[in-house]
Amino acid sequence: MIFGFHLLSVAIWLPIIFGVLVLATGNDRNAPLARVIALAGGILGFLVTLPLYTGFDKMTSAMQFVENHDWVARFNMHYHLGVDGISVLFILLNSFFTPLVVLAGWKVIEKRVAQYLAAFLIMSGIVNGVFAALDAMLFYVFWEAMLIPMFLIIGVWGGPNRVYAAVKFFLYTLLGSLLMLVALVYLYNHSGGSFEILDYHALPISMTAQILLFIAFFAAFSVKVPMFPVHTWLPDAHVEAPTGGSVVLAAIMLKVGAYGFLRFSLPIAPDASHKLAAMMIALSLIAVVYIGLVALMQSDMKKLVAYSSISHMGFVTLGFFIFNAYGMEGALLQMISHGFVSGALFLVIGVLYDRVHSRQIADYGGVANKMPVFAAFFMLFAMANSGLPGTSGFVGEFLVILGAEKANFWFAFLAAMTLVFGAAYTLWMYKRVIFGAVANDHVAHLSDITLREKVIFGILALTVLAMGVYPLPFSEIMHVTVNDLLVHVARTKF
Amino acid sequence: MSFLSTLYPAYAEIFLLVMACTILIVDLLVVNKDRTVTYLLVQFTLLGCSLITVATHEPGVTHLFHNMFVDDLMSDVLKLLSYLSVSMALVYSRNYLLTRGLFSGEFMVLTLFSLLGMMVMISASHFLTLYLGLELLSLCLYAMVALQRDSATATEAAMKYFILGALASGLLLYGMSMLYGATATLDVAGVSEAIKHGVPNKELLVFGLVFVVAGLAFKLGAVPFHMWVPDVYHGAPTAMTMMIGSAPKLAVFAFVMRILVEGLQPLMVDWSVMLMIMAILSIAVGNIAAIAQTNIKRMLAFSSIAHMGFLLLGMLSGNIEGYGSAMFYAVVYVLMNLGAFGMIMLLSREGFEADKLEDFKGLNQRNPWIAFMMLLLMFSMAGIPPTVGFFAKFMVLQAIVSAGYLWLAVAAVLFSLIGAYYYLRIVKLMYFDAPESHEQIKMQPDTSLLISINSLAVLALGMMPGTLMSVCVVSVRQSFLLH
Repeated sequence: MIFGFHLLSVAIWLPIIFGVLVLATGNDRNAPLARVIALAGGILGFLVTLPLYTGFDKMTSAMQFVENHDWVARFNMHYHLGVDGISVLFILLNSFFTPLVVLAGWKVIEKRVAQYLAAFLIMSGIVNGVFAALDAMLFYVFWEAMLIPMFLIIGVWGGPNRVYAAVKFFLYTLLGSLLMLVALVYLYNHSGGSFEILDYHALPISMTAQILLFIAFFAAFSVKVPMFPVHTWLPDAHVEAPTGGSVVLAAIMLKVGAYGFLRFSLPIAPDASHKLAAMMIALSLIAVVYIGLVALMQSDMKKLVAYSSISHMGFVTLGFFIFNAYGMEGALLQMISHGFVSGALFLVIGVLYDRVHSRQIADYGGVANKMPVFAAFFMLFAMANSGLPGTSGFVGEFLVILGAEKANFWFAFLAAMTLVFGAAYTLWMYKRVIFGAVANDHVAHLSDITLREKVIFGILALTVLAMGVYPLPFSEIMHVTVNDLLVHVARTKF
Repeated sequence: MSFLSTLYPAYAEIFLLVMACTILIVDLLVVNKDRTVTYLLVQFTLLGCSLITVATHEPGVTHLFHNMFVDDLMSDVLKLLSYLSVSMALVYSRNYLLTRGLFSGEFMVLTLFSLLGMMVMISASHFLTLYLGLELLSLCLYAMVALQRDSATATEAAMKYFILGALASGLLLYGMSMLYGATATLDVAGVSEAIKHGVPNKELLVFGLVFVVAGLAFKLGAVPFHMWVPDVYHGAPTAMTMMIGSAPKLAVFAFVMRILVEGLQPLMVDWSVMLMIMAILSIAVGNIAAIAQTNIKRMLAFSSIAHMGFLLLGMLSGNIEGYGSAMFYAVVYVLMNLGAFGMIMLLSREGFEADKLEDFKGLNQRNPWIAFMMLLLMFSMAGIPPTVGFFAKFMVLQAIVSAGYLWLAVAAVLFSLIGAYYYLRIVKLMYFDAPESHEQIKMQPDTSLLISINSLAVLALGMMPGTLMSVCVVSVRQSFLLH
């Protein structure tokens, strides 16, 4: 093991330190230097997380790579880090995307380059902190700190309506978070002065309190996921964010919310979770079906993928709340797969946007004639988004449908609709953008993707295919943790 | 023991008084316009005060002048923080005042006398000393606001401040006289004793309490006694606004502690309800009204009302942790406030106040470092981690939840969500908008260094808040449980 036992600290602080270094390069005259440092930081940040996977003990659901130091002794807060079979995957996913995001913004971002790259690196570290924190207050600090770089990314480098989108994003997520803060303070008092998340898991809580806690956590996590009635910030944020911002939002940020359900809502308030499962399932299915239909009607490619993300995340929350192993593992695989696929789709759209400066489907047509390599990559990611067997998108969706079938036929039926809608909106968009005759002058002047872009897409395409053909490396890590979590959730807490 | 050596707990006050008088005379002999000699003397005085306060510190509680003056850990900590705050405020305001021809000897002497007033308030254990300290502080502040004689707004602000402040003092004095009537003593501890032993006339006592609380609320600037705050913050020259909004808040905190916690603890059921109503109204009104402001000084005035609401929330939980949280909140607020007003003065220049929200447009493009410092301050005021403002709010929330006021905590966080909007708007202006002028920001090295330290302290304390939290709680505990 390298760096002793402090692998998680390194995963958190290394990107942040690199971010500060990048900031120190100052103004845009030093932009090339800033890019190189940022890329080095991103790659190093990913490399140091690899031992988390290779050194992971798959046979236990206990926390691993644990670090525990006093932080704020007065309130018994600890700098307590650790990962289990669920969180380790997301740390890897997050660190995997950081260098890709740096690469994606290599040429496009020309103003305030250092600040842009630094924001991503710092955010990458903070997100790792969210996944690794085992102290509720440490979690909360990372959770909220995440908002600051994202707010700036959307607001400074975003599209024309960026200010509205950034402020909406910030206030929406802050509202949820603040209620969670009250819930955590309540738990601190209720548990007799502990901020350990794992202590909360074992804490007996009355039904009323559980329901209130569940609602407070729901406010925080459902906004982030986002679930059906509180999803409206996402299309705005996605559309206005720069490509890198959209990628991180879709691939990482949404997962943070779903992760919160697994780390807080389900184990801390299991009885309330069972009691409110019907509501959660209903909201998830609305997201799957209704938002799927909404996606069908979009004329803006980014908006389409944004709605597709909400629809796919509906699958994830559905998988959590049917309380069986198929559902939960399927949901987790879906989260990871969705990270790769939606990230890839936003990068794909980014490539077109960089060249034509339009996200409207109507402004394209016949792109395949000018960008054949690009069209091939796009094809693969579009297929993965529609859940084609052999791609990563299939594995998770299939398992969740299987799990839903065990719970109730109609859940499975409605969930399976996504295979229809997903294919419809993705492929229809693909058809309109890629196929047909060359639509206009802009398209006629398109040049195919560069080596840098090929590298990005190549890596993602390989991952999507590998995960689709052989998902075991992903599922075996989480297997024990998921089973133990389900056993824990099945027990009542009175 | 000689008489002088028995006075050692008050050495800092005596030293300050002597130095203030000396500086008043020395300044007459200073000819150059920069007042460098006077300025350095003042800073030296503050340094000397700090050393004396540290050197004369003793564990436990010492009373002096027939129980009129008390020296305990809380007073020493608050005094040290007041010196620091006044010293920082002077560094920030020096250039601002120089360009406006206000950096006079009178200003500095008034500052020192106001500091003396604060110290008396912090160390008072008798209603008369409390009142004397408060009046000394207030009269100096009135004069400072009025110092810019040719400015109509400043004069108006001074007038308002004076009239409403005098009214508040009157209320306070009236309340104190009621308490005296009910308990036959003016000694803070004596009042507490008398109430514990039972007073014949409870109505009189509560009647007095209402007036005292109203007077305190006036001084704190809590709703519904907040009307003077926006006008005075707005109208006064920025340097004076900073003086009003920083160290005096620490003194008023001590004042509230001495009167309500030490003197009227037995009446807690009565005053905690009043504080609750004022706290929640302050948070609501402050945060909502701040949204409508276009002037940043006015916005910060409403924000200060909201912050004082949070401070009161900490007080009303009625336990040591709660008082500690209120003290922590006061200290953190002063730190953020100094930074924010320091920033306004940093951006201002001759004939340009930089007090409109638009003046912050595109600051990130003009000077990324300064913009980042302001960003930290704004997020801290909004209570977003990892800045210390978050822990200030957290500590207060924890205190009121542990006291059983869960709904108050929910209401407070919901209003602070509204508050987040207007702080965010400053960040939006700095980062998302294009600058209106590309003029170079002229910065004095001492000011820009101090503002960096100030803002980075907000960040560093947010990552490591434990020590300051403990200092606050321990000093409150030692000062109010030992006797």
